[in-house]
Amino acid sequence: MASLFACALVSLLVTVGIVLALAGPTIEFFREVSPLDFFSAQEWAPTFSPASFGVLSIVVGTLNVTFWAILIALPMGLCAAIYLSEYASRRTRKVVKPVLEVLEGIPTVAYGFFALTFITPLIRDNWPGFLGDAPGIFSAGAAGLVLGIMIIPTVASISEDAMTAVPSGLREGAYALGATRRVVATRVVVPAALSGIIASFVLGISRAIGETMVVLIAAGNTPNLTFSPVQSIQTMTAFIATTATGDIGVGTITYKTIFAVGALLFVFTLGMNLISSWLVRRFREVYE
Amino acid sequence: MDRWRIRGGARQAVEAAGAETTLTVQGSRSRSEGWKSLAFIALLLFSVLIGLALLVTLIIDALVEGSSRLNLDLLTNFPSGVPERAGLQSAIFGTLWVIGGMIVTMLPVGTGAAIYLEEFANPDRWYNRLLEVNIQNLAAVPSIVFGILGLGLIVRGPLSLGSVAYAGSLTLTLMVLPTVILASREAIRSVPPSLRQGSMALGATRWQTIWHHVLPNAIPGIATGTILAVSRAIGETAPLLLVGATVFVTFNPDGPLSEGYTTLPVQIFNWVQRPQDEFRVLAAAGIIVLLVVLLAMNSFAIWLRNRYQRPM
Repeated sequence: MASLFACALVSLLVTVGIVLALAGPTIEFFREVSPLDFFSAQEWAPTFSPASFGVLSIVVGTLNVTFWAILIALPMGLCAAIYLSEYASRRTRKVVKPVLEVLEGIPTVAYGFFALTFITPLIRDNWPGFLGDAPGIFSAGAAGLVLGIMIIPTVASISEDAMTAVPSGLREGAYALGATRRVVATRVVVPAALSGIIASFVLGISRAIGETMVVLIAAGNTPNLTFSPVQSIQTMTAFIATTATGDIGVGTITYKTIFAVGALLFVFTLGMNLISSWLVRRFREVYE
Repeated sequence: MDRWRIRGGARQAVEAAGAETTLTVQGSRSRSEGWKSLAFIALLLFSVLIGLALLVTLIIDALVEGSSRLNLDLLTNFPSGVPERAGLQSAIFGTLWVIGGMIVTMLPVGTGAAIYLEEFANPDRWYNRLLEVNIQNLAAVPSIVFGILGLGLIVRGPLSLGSVAYAGSLTLTLMVLPTVILASREAIRSVPPSLRQGSMALGATRWQTIWHHVLPNAIPGIATGTILAVSRAIGETAPLLLVGATVFVTFNPDGPLSEGYTTLPVQIFNWVQRPQDEFRVLAAAGIIVLLVVLLAMNSFAIWLRNRYQRPM
């Protein structure tokens, strides 16, 4: 039994390991770069000389892509979940649910390729002129769009689980009082499943923040302090992936920068998790 | 007051339905209700179909772009600066070594942790609750953070394995471990307690019960979870970029500890990034290879689950 406990302990050690692995180089990083510079400087050019460490550019890059992604993923994921849980026949569900799971299993590099070679040209060719400049070959919007579609299955499957778990007595009660199917879905089932739906939303946002390959391939790799969807940007994850692929020496400032940005990313997702568990507790409905 | 809070969903059900009833009884519910419902269904259907349409478009796009390079040479050639001669052999072998090492490490640890948490752990103890919360939190950590963990602790730092295939295996193990533990726990939990009680009543020890009755019945569930985790790991790129999967490996790794390896998605990513169209074609062909492997594995896992998912 001790060995089984050790196995379970491994998962805890992973968290401890992540914190330790991030903390050491991050502390060293902040000995060389003042936190004030890190959070307030406008420019992000850590590998240039003179270097500039304004992390805001790539944080905004991440938020930019995340915004467009969740604008697509949250409403559509919720709608797909409502359809599957409240409208679809058993046979439809038996077909659609596995397909959604397969979609979740498509590698992100394939989505990145798809964004770059299919979605971006499609948008560029059909760009309505009155919206201003068309997006470039790399753009935050195209990456966000594909990222959003990529996250729909995650949001949908968790929300659907929550809605299926709503006791059918609630629905029957509402039907008995003359409510239509749409009213039952939107005003009975959704509020009752709210905690699960929120959990799925937060997980979707976390995935958008942490996704690397799609943004690395389709959003370009230029730090750019903008919320514009048509421009090329760099996200925190894309910075880490590009910089770490080169052969960099341990102890150099570039090496430490990777860990500092990683620490910030980890804090972001940890914060999302805490918010999520608080919201889930706040909105939980308990049925006997 | 408290009761109202707890039964919030029920309250809303009554309120919503009540409002509808009033409208209907008063006869003020207009004909537009039918249209509203129709528009609502259309919106829902659109949300479902866009995902499916994307899946189809993605596959067709890859097929159209990559079909000219889909041949045996693609699988047997090594990477090359000349696109006509470039292939995936070292990436295929690299993937096999990385994933093989991952399965060997992940299965005992993941199953062990799941058995502990389901069969032995007292959920009232603080450390067991900590383990559970921790596993759930880990599942939401971005994959690239695991790459940083691998870079800082496995490739360099305490373990200092260097950029070897097994460093990739270990990094991916840590990444998929939460998923495997959650799936295995569910499989073990769904084994009916009567089976355990029957075995114990006949004098079997706890270990014998677990080994001869619980685990064999949980195998389909554990297998499903494992296959899904493995297919996720096969398609993973970002963490491997950090732990040393390089892109121009013209030889096959000859063991888990041999320096220099690449994997399928890393090689595809390299091709996507090159400006020449020929490499894009190669990338598309590589994506088809990857998709065929992953879709086959996922479909098998889902089939396995549906086959054995029956009430006992």
